[in-house]
Amino acid sequence: MTELLVPLLLAAVAICGVVRRVDVYAALADGARSGGKILLRIFPNLVALLTAVAMLRASGAFEALAAALGPVLGRLGIPSETLPLMLVRPFSGSAALGVGAELIQAYGPDSTVGRTAAVMLGGTETTFYTVAVYFGAAGVHRSRYAIPAALAADLVGFLAASLAVQLFF
Amino acid sequence: MAMTLIWCAMASAALVCGVMNGSLDTVSQAVAEGAQSAVTLCLSMAGMLCLWNGVLEVMDRAGLTAVLRRLLCPLLRRLYPAFQDDALVMDAVSANVCANLLGLGNAATPFGLRAARGMAAHSGGVANDSLCLLVVCNTASIQLLPTTVAALRAGAGCSAPFDILPAVWFTSAAALAAGLGAAALLRRVWP
Repeated sequence: MTELLVPLLLAAVAICGVVRRVDVYAALADGARSGGKILLRIFPNLVALLTAVAMLRASGAFEALAAALGPVLGRLGIPSETLPLMLVRPFSGSAALGVGAELIQAYGPDSTVGRTAAVMLGGTETTFYTVAVYFGAAGVHRSRYAIPAALAADLVGFLAASLAVQLFF
Repeated sequence: MAMTLIWCAMASAALVCGVMNGSLDTVSQAVAEGAQSAVTLCLSMAGMLCLWNGVLEVMDRAGLTAVLRRLLCPLLRRLYPAFQDDALVMDAVSANVCANLLGLGNAATPFGLRAARGMAAHSGGVANDSLCLLVVCNTASIQLLPTTVAALRAGAGCSAPFDILPAVWFTSAAALAAGLGAAALLRRVWP
């Protein structure tokens, strides 16, 4: 099913665009250019974070952390290797991308750890960044229950990601 | 500032663990390898990332966003009853949700912020229930095509980078449901 999805989507969007009298090629090129801007923005963060994560992995810190928290995470069905990802996810999108990228490369994109990391990245957001931007822009100084509710969503998201990878693969 | 703390903690933890485990030589090797791997990663995901941003731009210009917006309106009115008659807020909220669904994070934020400002206009700096809900919805990622993650997986040599789609949808839905549920519970007890 998924191997049909991508070619179908590309063709359908292009035809839909032509029917709606959009200059499809120009739009495609403009969008691709903005993709380049995203890359430029995340690249410096990836340099910093991938270096730090590679150092941590080489030092054996991950093994120690995973050994300490492994039993708790194991009982919840979460692979303990994804712990660093869960720790940075609420704080920084590009940091989470860096940590997730490292996990996907180290364990392989089709491994349980790699898949869980990818699903965690795709299914959750950068909570504290979002909260700060929205309440900052709205001039709100009492955020009430927004942060606990958003963190509850993250936590359930991490659990659901682990569960989904076990169920679907 | 949070990232400064995280980076310092990571670097010092690596140093301390490296000394304790006697693995300092591999740690210093890892510095060069880690920095280089950022370049490799960016190059290997560049094609996918740019292509999908292009496709999303075509979708947007073809009016797909507008169609989605009309479909979502009845649902959003129910979610934000306090502002259902405020056309400005409702329009910004639905544009925000649409951009989020299509994974256009950069487009979603300006709409979301417009809605947030509208919702907070007469609240005297205290977040009302609608604003809390708007923030919770925006912290639970609800995108149909997680293109950045797919590009990441393709860059790591995955032949079917989109095979995680059902799992991502399930995860987003569960996270959003948990966020909405927590908000519904907490709004009763949180002044």
